[in-house]
Order: sequence, then structure tokens, then C-alpha cells
Amino acid sequence: MILPLFVAIPLGSAFIVSLLGKKLRGFADSFSNLASFSLFSLSLFSLLLIRKFGTIVYKVGGWIPPIGICMVLDSLTSFMLVTINLVAFLVTIYSMGYMERYTAKWKFYTLFLLMLAGMNGVIVTGDMFNLFVFLEIAAISSYALVAFGVEQEELEASFKYMVMGSLASSFILLGIALLYSYTSSLNMADISHLLAQKGDSKIVFFVSVLFIMGFGLKAALVPFHAWLPDAHPSAPAPISAMLSGVLIKALGVYALARIFFNVLGMSSISSSILMVLGTISMVLGGLLALGQEDIKRLFAYSSISQIGYVVFGIGMGTTLGILAGLFHLFNHATFKSLLFLNSGSIEYATGTRDLRKMGGLSSRMPVTGYSSLVASMSISGIPPLSGFWSKLLIILAAIEAKHFIFASIAVLISILTLAYYLKVQRSAFFGELPDALRGIKEVPLAMKLSMLALSIICIFGGLLLIPGIQKNFLNLATEILMNGNSYAQIVFGSIK
Amino acid sequence: MMIYLMCLVLFSTGVYCILVKKNLIKIIIGIGIIEYAVNLFFILVGYRLRGRAPILAKEQVIQNMVDPLPQALVLTAIVIGLAATALIVAIAIRLYEKYGTFDITKIRRLKG
Repeated sequence: MILPLFVAIPLGSAFIVSLLGKKLRGFADSFSNLASFSLFSLSLFSLLLIRKFGTIVYKVGGWIPPIGICMVLDSLTSFMLVTINLVAFLVTIYSMGYMERYTAKWKFYTLFLLMLAGMNGVIVTGDMFNLFVFLEIAAISSYALVAFGVEQEELEASFKYMVMGSLASSFILLGIALLYSYTSSLNMADISHLLAQKGDSKIVFFVSVLFIMGFGLKAALVPFHAWLPDAHPSAPAPISAMLSGVLIKALGVYALARIFFNVLGMSSISSSILMVLGTISMVLGGLLALGQEDIKRLFAYSSISQIGYVVFGIGMGTTLGILAGLFHLFNHATFKSLLFLNSGSIEYATGTRDLRKMGGLSSRMPVTGYSSLVASMSISGIPPLSGFWSKLLIILAAIEAKHFIFASIAVLISILTLAYYLKVQRSAFFGELPDALRGIKEVPLAMKLSMLALSIICIFGGLLLIPGIQKNFLNLATEILMNGNSYAQIVFGSIK
Repeated sequence: MMIYLMCLVLFSTGVYCILVKKNLIKIIIGIGIIEYAVNLFFILVGYRLRGRAPILAKEQVIQNMVDPLPQALVLTAIVIGLAATALIVAIAIRLYEKYGTFDITKIRRLKG
């Protein structure tokens, strides 16, 4: 069985790296890259397994699921695993070059692998309390990683992030406690089955409110977003890429979608709450991004805006809406991590993050310049690139579901996105090169490689919509969410 | 019923502490209070009046037993809370070294 490996490999490698990384030179680099590469290949292999065997359930310790903990591999899990481990693999390659600026590289890799273990755990688990534990592993290591530079700004951002994160975790735990007292079960499939039998009740509504607060804060939806623009820019660039690229999606969007569609059951009220929250995030994140001069801060606000698109798409609850939301989630993971890696390269070469002090960098740093051009065009939805297709699908889905106002807001914000990414391109990569930056050089090979790989994915991401690939990758994942409460039958049916 | 209300009061005290207090350490204490309130609530979920531990012994039938699962879960939650508290206190100490104050209103280099 490969399921426990998704947690065991990063957890074990974190342990080994922390044990040997200090003594052996270069060990931390090579071992972490090996670990993340094996995780990426395993996640691709899981796609094949799904095609062959359907849903797979692993019983932890041999206990039969309603009593023991189980791990579930279905197509949505597998879709998320591919997204997370792809980004994590490319980010570890990038860190080989970038993290030379910091001391104690092995500490960075230990925390990084712990965070990866937590995220993979959240994705594969089929048990409510287990989800909470993995969520906390990922969250606590991300608090430490945000403070990794231990300068004034990093510490301040990390403190803010920790206070809000701990509050969110408490709300989630309270929700789990109420759910347990109502159903006397912690297994997600079992809870879903029992809730379907008991019918609607006020306690389920209250639990959904707690979960929207808790997971919404982890996903940085707008009323709960205040920590993100501080925390994401303060972390080292590879971690910003991980946090914005996949952490908010694994802990926030995935958990919300899984719990609302498969466990609690989607009602029209929670659907409209998610749609409204998504739209507010889209608008506010976009407007606030426009006024930023710090390049990483601008990207962080843009993350809030794009997460708004994803939640809006999934919140619609129609097949096309969920498909578009998941597709945009995948695309956002690739281009936003690419943009953060670009900002890291700029900081590596020039030592500044202020857009007003840059200019004409494309002539000196062609790889960084052109890959960020690809990512910017993709995120603002210029036709052949991946971002265009997912935004188009989201808008089409909104029109199909007759949400005309939301659809027009989505179009307008897409234009706004183009505006602030043009601002980034114009002031950082085109125009006059300031005298202070005459002597800069392009970044090392490892960093160039991962940026090139990500920009190739951005260019060809639209190919995921070709019917043959779409059927196996996106449609199956959408089906899992559309199935709703029959998740319970699927999970219990595949226990052997 | 009364005891659940007290639990809610404890929770609200923690939220008040986070929202109003300006000292970093008091904010951390507020987080601790919220965690305790949630843990207490979780324990109360499994509590039965005059119940006893569900340990099977020979020739004994337990009529009214306490649910042991929430206790095991809360133990895990406490350990997680300990890790988070240790980290946040360490960060607060570093913040004091850098800024020379625990006042959250004076620690604001990040805005916008």
C-alpha cells in the first residue's frame, strides 16, 4: 500500500535530515530533494492506481474504519497530491540555490518536510480528528518557517499569523467536538452516513459556521485574510511559494470542499455563503494589490484575489463550477509559486523587493524575466496560457448557473489583475536599468531550472482540458465532490 | 447546562483577552484560555453524571460509563497546544530582543 508513505516519507526524512544534516555537508540538500522527488513520483503513480482499482482505503493499524482511523485515496485526493508534490519538488530544487543566503539550511529542510507531511496528511486522511492533527503539524511548521529569518518583520508577521492560526484551530476543534457529540463518530464517511440519516438540524448549521470560520481563516478568505499579506512576504521565497501556492489550498480550500460536499452535505445557504465570500475576496484582494509597491506583498494580495476565484467556482456547486474551481486551483498553484520564486530571484540578485528601485531587469536576468512574464500573463488570463482557460470556465459556469452579477464581477476583476501585473512587469523587468543595479547577474542553475519547469507547465496547462486527459484527471475529482453523501457508500464499499 | 455556560464564559474571556490586551504575553495567555475552554468542552461531551471509567473487570457490570475517546483526543490536543505555545513564547522573546517592548501597538513595521 502506498497511502501511508505520503505521510511517512516526509516525516521520516525530516527526522533523518535533522539528525545528520548538521554533520554531513550537502546531505540535507540531496536527501530532501530525493524525498520530494519520490513523493512526486508516488503521487503520479497514485493516478494509475485510481484508474485500476478505484477508491482505495487503508486501515491504520488494521482497525476496521468506523472504529479505527482510515486513509482514503480517491481521485480528488490524488489530484491534490499531484498538485502539492509537484510544487514541493520544484521548490526544493529551487531552495538548493536560494537558501545559501541563510545559515542552517538543514533546519529549513526539516521544517519544510514537516510541513509537507502535514499537508499530505490532511489530504489523505479520512478521519476528522486526524485531519485536525495533520492540520496543526502543517500550521505549526509554517509559523516557524515564516519567522525563519528572525528579523523584526519576520517575527512580527509570524506572531500575527500564529495568534490568528491558533484561534482558527480552536474553532475547528470546537466544530469537531460538536460533530462528535451529535453523531458519536469521528470517521468522515461514517459521519456523512449518520448525518444523512438524521436529516437537517441546527447543530449541523452551527458546525458549518465554525468550519467556515476556521478553514476560511486558513484559506485567507476576505474577512479572515489579515495575516496573509504579512506572513507570505516575510517568509523566505521558496516558503512563500509553498504557502501561497499550496498550503492555503490544502488546509483551506480542500478541507472546506471535502467537509462541505462529502461530510456535512452542501445546502443552498452554505453554497451562497461560499460564493459571496469568494467574490468579496476576489474584489478586495484585487483592489488592495493595485496599490502595493513591495513586489511580494503585491503577490500575496493577488493570492487572496485568486483564492476568491477558486472558492467562488467550487461554491457554485455545479459540475462545471467545481471543475473550473479545481482547475484554477491547480493553475494558481503553478503560476503563483512561479511568481514567488521570481520575486525570490530578484531579491537574490538585487537585494531589494521595492518595485520603485527596479527596472530593466529582463536584460540582465533573462530567465527570471521571461518566466515571470509567462506567469503574469497566465494569471491575468491572456489566451493560450493556462490561467485563461480556468477563468473562462469559472465565468462560463457562473453564466450557466444564472449568476450574472457574479460573472460580471469576475470579468472585471480579471481586467484589474491584468492591470497590476502589467505594473509589475513595467516597473521591474522593462524600462531603464538603474545605475545601482548595473552589476547584477542571473541566478544559479538550480533556481533557473525550477523556474523554467514551472513556466513550461504554465504555458501548457491548458492541455489538461483535452478530453482524454480531462476525463482522468479533473472530471474524476469533480465527480467525488458532486457525489456528496454517497462518499460514505464509496468508502465503506472499498474496505476489504 | 450551567457548566456549558461557564465553558462559554471561559471561551469569551480568552477572545476578549486576544482582542483587547496590548501585551504580547497577555495575548498568549488569551490563546491558552481559548484552548482550555475548547478542551474542557470536549471533555464535557464525553462526561456522564456519576459515570465511571470503562475498565472491564471480572464480575462487574458498569451501568453508567464515561466516554473515554474525548479524553484521549483532548490529550493529543493539549500536546499540540503545548508545541504551539512553546513556539509563540519563543517568538515573543525574540520580538522583545528586537523591539525592546512587549506592547503590540509599538510593534508595527508591517502595514498596507
